[in-house]
Amino acid sequence: MMQFMLLFSRQGKLRLQKWYVAHPDKLKKKITRELITTILARKPKMCSFLEWRDLKIVYKRYASLYFCCAIEQDDNELLTLEVIHRYVELLDKYFGSVCELDIIFNFEKAYFILDELMLGGEIQETSKKNVLKAIAAQDLLQEEETPQGFFDDHGLG
Amino acid sequence: MPAVRGDGMRGLAVFISDIRNCKSKEAEIKRINKELANIRSKFKGDKTLDGYQKKKYVCKLLFIFLLGHDIDFGHMEAVNLLSSNKYSEKQIGYLFISVLVNTNSELIKLIIQSIKNDLASRNPIHVNLALQCIANIGSREMAEAFGNDIPKLLVSGDTMDVVKQSAALCLLRLFRTSQDIIPGGEWTSRIIHLLNDQHMGVVTAATSLIDALVKKNPEEYKGCVSLAVSRLSRIVTASYTDLQDYTYYFVPAPWLSVKLLRLLQNYTPPAEDPGVRGRLNECLETILNKAQEPPKSKKVQHSNAKNAVLFEAISLIIHNDSEANLLVRACNQLGQFLSNRETNLRYLALESMCHLATSEFSHEAVKKHQEVVILSMKMEKDVSVRQQAVDLLYAMCDKSNAEEIVQEMLNYLETADYSIREEMVLKVAILAEKYATDYTWYVDVILNLIRIAGDYVSEEVWYRVIQIVINRDEVQGYAAKTVFEALQAPACHENMVKVGGYILGEFGNLIAGDQRSSPAVQFQLLHSKYHLCSPMTRALLLSTYIKFINLFPEIRTQVQEVFKQDSNLRSADAELQQRASEYLQLSIIASSDVLATVLEEMPAFPERESSILAVLKKKKPGRVPENDVKENKSPTPITASNHTNEINASNTSQADLLGLSTPPTSQPNNSSNTGVLLDVLGDIYSKPNNNVGNQNSSLVVDPKKFVCKNNGVLFENELIQIGVKSEFRQNLGRLGLFYGNKTTTSLQNFVPTLLWSEEQAAKLSVQMKSVEPTLEAGAQIQQMINAECIDDYTDAPNIVVSFVYNAVLQKITIKLPLTLNKFFEPTEMNGESFFARWKNLGNANQQRSQKIFKASQPMDLQASRQKMIGFGMQLLDGIDPNPDNFVCAGIIHMRSQQVGCLLRLEPNKNAQMYRLTVRSSKEPVSVEICELLAEQF
Repeated sequence: MMQFMLLFSRQGKLRLQKWYVAHPDKLKKKITRELITTILARKPKMCSFLEWRDLKIVYKRYASLYFCCAIEQDDNELLTLEVIHRYVELLDKYFGSVCELDIIFNFEKAYFILDELMLGGEIQETSKKNVLKAIAAQDLLQEEETPQGFFDDHGLG
Repeated sequence: MPAVRGDGMRGLAVFISDIRNCKSKEAEIKRINKELANIRSKFKGDKTLDGYQKKKYVCKLLFIFLLGHDIDFGHMEAVNLLSSNKYSEKQIGYLFISVLVNTNSELIKLIIQSIKNDLASRNPIHVNLALQCIANIGSREMAEAFGNDIPKLLVSGDTMDVVKQSAALCLLRLFRTSQDIIPGGEWTSRIIHLLNDQHMGVVTAATSLIDALVKKNPEEYKGCVSLAVSRLSRIVTASYTDLQDYTYYFVPAPWLSVKLLRLLQNYTPPAEDPGVRGRLNECLETILNKAQEPPKSKKVQHSNAKNAVLFEAISLIIHNDSEANLLVRACNQLGQFLSNRETNLRYLALESMCHLATSEFSHEAVKKHQEVVILSMKMEKDVSVRQQAVDLLYAMCDKSNAEEIVQEMLNYLETADYSIREEMVLKVAILAEKYATDYTWYVDVILNLIRIAGDYVSEEVWYRVIQIVINRDEVQGYAAKTVFEALQAPACHENMVKVGGYILGEFGNLIAGDQRSSPAVQFQLLHSKYHLCSPMTRALLLSTYIKFINLFPEIRTQVQEVFKQDSNLRSADAELQQRASEYLQLSIIASSDVLATVLEEMPAFPERESSILAVLKKKKPGRVPENDVKENKSPTPITASNHTNEINASNTSQADLLGLSTPPTSQPNNSSNTGVLLDVLGDIYSKPNNNVGNQNSSLVVDPKKFVCKNNGVLFENELIQIGVKSEFRQNLGRLGLFYGNKTTTSLQNFVPTLLWSEEQAAKLSVQMKSVEPTLEAGAQIQQMINAECIDDYTDAPNIVVSFVYNAVLQKITIKLPLTLNKFFEPTEMNGESFFARWKNLGNANQQRSQKIFKASQPMDLQASRQKMIGFGMQLLDGIDPNPDNFVCAGIIHMRSQQVGCLLRLEPNKNAQMYRLTVRSSKEPVSVEICELLAEQF
């Protein structure tokens, strides 16, 4: 089971965090700091896996963003790399050539997509088509609703 | 600012831009505080906010939280959003709740109510939102509230596939929180049959759930094995077009394949159904075959997915550990990966091979890759890969390659990364101990460890080398010599001083004969390090010094000077002060007899698991590294491949070796002791598991060591300690036996009985004083024995010590140190008269006895010398032209006669043999002396 997934930038800024096990906020921050430092210190050609406490860390860099997952001893490292890749593909398809900014400004969407791909730390739907279908269905529901506050909001809110 | 999709919240985007434009952390905090104040006032304000605004502010709070700031309000507004009839508002509400779970019970109740409503919705998107929220929070309250509904949702015929997927994983999450929520009975079969579902996504999610359920109750879910094998079989034989969107870069359903392979690792290979077993093996073979096919795509995703399945298949093959053919194929495949250009593959191959090394079928196959693995350890650029290589070397190490692997690890240690040194030190120490056939090698390895990586040598490691040296007579002289040499290095690690101090204190006498390591030199050498050491080491050295006073009375004044120094006697460190003053007094007041008793050589340590292994296990809780080849679990007979037998053979000899890992040389296995070192280590060890007290026990003890020794601990277990002191003059001997009760209750019916027939008593008369029948808790009593040698005799008397402990009768039979050689009087003579007598005695064949025998212990001149001296004859130096040979002379005193005795011992190092010749005026004496002494080498 995946314990958590972190997305952070080359500058070490955390962009997304998803925890599949409950930890106090303090511990989450500590873990995040520790892993970001560890991974940023690694060189490009190095192995994508490392042992960390009693977990396995699998990470991969896409452009300016690092995707980092913590999995348990039983879990498959290579396939975790592909979970990351599938997620990147989904983001890419949804945003159209995704970049770090898309994830910053639409972090809630990034969460929604991840929730369709993974649930409770396990892969839920591996078919790209099916995930995108589910997200499209959500967006459709939104579009049907008249955005009530649209006219009130002038970006000053 | 990129375009915002859907009904994007412009206010949120502006806020995010502002934060991004902040030039400093302070500016950012200022902007955030302004925003928090704004939101707070909006939430508190009179004007009711519409859903959109609530959503927007909740989303801003979420963003602020994710930046790492604390959020202590807004939860209520988020909960309100849950019941909004607008999906987008509801979704943000759920997201906020999922990220900022709060155990505020009031809120939880409200949340649960909203979830209940959505779960009952006819819109699957709403249902899934609710399920995702339950899974994200996964608390006990959630389990209680939804434990009933979700299983129904999962197996019901009219649930949509997407909902089933979420329901399966949601149930899994709740099951992990509280294991009792899964209904049994008919549900079991319905859940198992999800493996047959049409929809690949449902099967994938359900397999994760079933895997967890199986772990809790393997018997109940056993039916899943055949279904999983069938499903797997269909996938691996499918062409990549068959599974459409579930094919990932030309690999059919890699996620499901891996999950099924993992699920099967919960069971032993399906034995009762040969069909299933056969199909599974076919699947595994197919996967191995596919690994050899050319790739269908150059993309790394293709190779990753394909190899993910392959590695999982290999895990299953290793888990089943029953098909030699598959194991060897797996090993060959991994061997290929060892030189793959992908670092990830090399890493995983090394890791996976570690497991293969522990299977008897593939252990030999793994060993073929030793060179490549050693190269990986040295050459890999990435420390985590090097670490895997070290782990693998550790796992593949056995008797045949131990020396090479240990040497390579030692070489690498000099340049190894700091992060892995400590673990490497532990591993080297364990391997050296486990596979030592020659303990001088072991001592060399450990001293090298200290030299190369002293800082990383933990206490357990140096405690252990001391335990082993103390327990093995044959290595003591070598150890003393080696530490002495090591200490001569201008800068040596403090751990070396500790080991050196301890060993020289115990066995420095074994090398004191050499002028270069005379007592004074040893003392000065150790003391030259004293001032650089920590108080703990100094305390240890003070103990060494007092032991020196006993071993080497000639340096007493020098040692006392050190005790007297203000820096010791008035040390600010209470421990040092106490030791210095107590040792000083001891050295002044006590007679040499008392000193000899108090400062007696440490008794052997009880045999037990290496404490270092325990440390290594503690260090790696997730993954206990193994270095033991497992017995195969296969119910089928082993296929006749020639290497298998070989391994079996080496296994048994390995087990023998392990049995010897710390044999107490002169004491039975269940002896224990209360030595200083043990006290220090006390908490690390489990209690010796000993069946004393459960049943009547009887033991026979023959401490051969006492042939060359008069004082010491004859026997010890956790109930009793039996010590001896003896002295001999002419044909008379006096033994004092000391019985110490180590328990907290008294030992009843305490009776020592002599076993020595009348016939024997006519040659050696033995009188034993009686003792009180009760030995009180913690008390020690003494028993005197007088012996007189009347005529020559063989063997030595036994005593049987019997007593009742906890209503259980205990019997210990011990051979007394009353062998014929005890009545020797050493005789000085020059070479001329020696050779004259030697020649004279040699004339009559019946007067001499000769034995040629193989060394049972490493041949150590110093140790041998010590034994010869203890044997009781005069060691005559400079008589034999070969300086390695020992020549001795002595007279055995009997009541009415004296028997002169000459002896020559010729060690042959190359052949590891000895020739022992004894000549005396009486043939049986020659034979007995020859027998007694030969057993000592």
